[in-house]
Amino acid sequence: MFDPLRDILLGYGNTGLTVWVLLKILAIAVPVIITVAMFVYWERKVIGWMHARMGPNQIGPLGLLQAFADVFKLLFKEVLRPDAANKTMFFLAPLIALVPALAAWAVVPFDAGVVLSNLNVGLLFLLAMTSMGVYGIILAGWASNSRYAMLGAMRAAAQTVSYEIAMGFALVSVLILSGSLNLSEIVLAQKGSKGLLDWFWLPLLPMFVIYFVSGVAETNRAPFDVAEGESEIVAGFHVEYSGSAFAIFFLAEYANMILIAFLASVLFLGGWLSPFPESWGFLGAPGWWWTFAKAFFFSFFYLWFRASFPRYRYDQIMRLGWKVFIPITIVWVAVAACMKYFGWVTIGA
Amino acid sequence: MQEIRNYTMNFGPQHPAAHGVLRLVLEMDGETVVRADPHVGLLHRGTEKLAESKPFNQSIGYMDRLDYVSMMCNEHAYVRAIENLLGLEVPERAQWIRTMFDEITRILNHLMWVGTNGLDLGAMALFLYAFREREELMDCYEAVSGARMHATYYRPGGVYRDLPEQMPKYKESRWHKGKDLAQRNAWREGSMLDYLDAFCADFPTKVDEYEELLTGNRIWKQRTVDIGVISPEHAKAWGMTGPMLRGSGIAWDLRKKQPYAKYAEVDFDIPVGVNGDCYDRYLVRVEEMRQSNRIIQQCVAWLRANPGPVIVQNYKVAPPKREEMKDDMEALIHHFKLFTEGYCVPAGETYAAVEAPKGEFGCYLVSDGANKPFRVKLRAPGFAHLSSMDSIVRGHMLGDVVAMIGTYDVVFGEIDR
Repeated sequence: MFDPLRDILLGYGNTGLTVWVLLKILAIAVPVIITVAMFVYWERKVIGWMHARMGPNQIGPLGLLQAFADVFKLLFKEVLRPDAANKTMFFLAPLIALVPALAAWAVVPFDAGVVLSNLNVGLLFLLAMTSMGVYGIILAGWASNSRYAMLGAMRAAAQTVSYEIAMGFALVSVLILSGSLNLSEIVLAQKGSKGLLDWFWLPLLPMFVIYFVSGVAETNRAPFDVAEGESEIVAGFHVEYSGSAFAIFFLAEYANMILIAFLASVLFLGGWLSPFPESWGFLGAPGWWWTFAKAFFFSFFYLWFRASFPRYRYDQIMRLGWKVFIPITIVWVAVAACMKYFGWVTIGA
Repeated sequence: MQEIRNYTMNFGPQHPAAHGVLRLVLEMDGETVVRADPHVGLLHRGTEKLAESKPFNQSIGYMDRLDYVSMMCNEHAYVRAIENLLGLEVPERAQWIRTMFDEITRILNHLMWVGTNGLDLGAMALFLYAFREREELMDCYEAVSGARMHATYYRPGGVYRDLPEQMPKYKESRWHKGKDLAQRNAWREGSMLDYLDAFCADFPTKVDEYEELLTGNRIWKQRTVDIGVISPEHAKAWGMTGPMLRGSGIAWDLRKKQPYAKYAEVDFDIPVGVNGDCYDRYLVRVEEMRQSNRIIQQCVAWLRANPGPVIVQNYKVAPPKREEMKDDMEALIHHFKLFTEGYCVPAGETYAAVEAPKGEFGCYLVSDGANKPFRVKLRAPGFAHLSSMDSIVRGHMLGDVVAMIGTYDVVFGEIDR
């Protein structure tokens, strides 16, 4: 469908190529941003229902336009900068947080062949991008020159770095089983006649759980939201940000959350593959809707956690990361290697 | 090499966990608290001084505004002090009503506490669940006094008026009509006592719901077990009372030790903690809610069976009935005198204390024989508790300070007075 457009653009040489790539980026970035807005609405609704209240219901039908109203409010607000803040870093930090959050989407496959950039090192790229995000947070905390922000930044740095390791090992085990760093091939490696029993969540069950929990910690969400820690350090690293600068942090955080949900579905739940056998007709057919349905399922967990769990203390998070998750992942990497070597699991049947 | 200095952090007065206007100057070594210095006085309204310039009855309303989540208990201490000096005998029904409302107040306070303490530690849901039940009890306040919070319901010599025969109902609105409305009014068909019966039958399941969310929750336990441990000696040394003291294992409760109102005639237990940590104090307060529920049920049963006067018939301290004023000159004069210059209280001094939800709330009253108190000194439990902050949180982490503020159940209305 898009091929004629591509051919026309490529006819203009390098300029055309740039425009084509930009269009592709927009085709992902804009839906991501809109998804974030709708996800915020959904979050407020779901948490509202869980809390025996209504959630937003005033702006637009059923309150659907609430998120957009909030965005416009934030954009029109003045961006304040504390006098003692480092001007360059203060305004650079939100961008540093946002860019990797959006860039990571480049390698996420939504369906067979539907991916912005079918990188052969997609998994490495993802690891790199998700780790970059923490620089934005650290810089924001440091540049604000505020004590609450500084504490938030230190917490975020320690936490993200610790959970990065567990998350990395979880990805390594996926990589061992699938034998590829390419995300599309990882999905195809989970294909089989047994439907959902062929996916990696089963042989890698502990890693699957750890990956998702680390993902929650990595994105600084409840119950690991100590970097923001409402009741302890007010808003943590972004306490001094207002208006659109705050909106960018917000966007980055939610884009990361949804990304983690998508990745969990791609890496462990067979991406666009159907959980049912192919003989079931439409239900058994693979398609992008499966990726989205699975991601929606995971993103719901974020909201569920937030609505019900108390917050961990900072050192308890560290303990969980270093003393529980990392040892388990190291063991399971070895187990995964054995599975692969001795052929205990069938890959890509 | 650069010299390393500790951070000094200003925790509050504008802070989500400051519970009002607590200003806490924290000296931090990384995340660890080296010194905590609570500053009070930001909500000081001079209640004690104001009371000196008003007839006795006109200060009752100020008492509601001290600990503004356990309103009627504060009133109770004040009116008891006045009654002591006047030597008034309070009608039995009024005493039962007071007992019942003291316990309603205790549930109100503990619901607020369990909600905000949960919120402090990140458990959002509980806050809203607790407010759902608070709303139902607030309606009782409103039904008897016309005000949801600052009731001014207790008067020297009894209570302002008898319990309503008909519990007010929700009216139809755009949002609630038909079946929904009928469901909301299901408990409200009869009198207030029927309503309270329905509430008390339902409330334990609600407490189970809260416990389901927190008591067994591993994160909740990690945040509260062995946090802010107060030894029994420490608790006594700092003058702690109420759940703070009982959490440390000392079964001291004025309702049992120095019974007032009708506490000697109702059956209830005093829960005590074992370790004196935040978790024990949480359990104590949750159990107190269940016990209060029991007391309310007993009060409701008594009040249903025994009608009678709810305020003394002495027109020098209590206003006459409105019907009497229509055709009785004496009654009209009494009313006028009572509401303009009040009544004189014999010279003397007294101390009356009640077991408020937060601890011992006392009123030390000195009268020089005039129609205004010579001096009112209020003993607020929160003040004694908060002063122990530094000695407890040293060496804890920042997150624990928040847990500790939560477990103190501080309300600045009473601390600053």
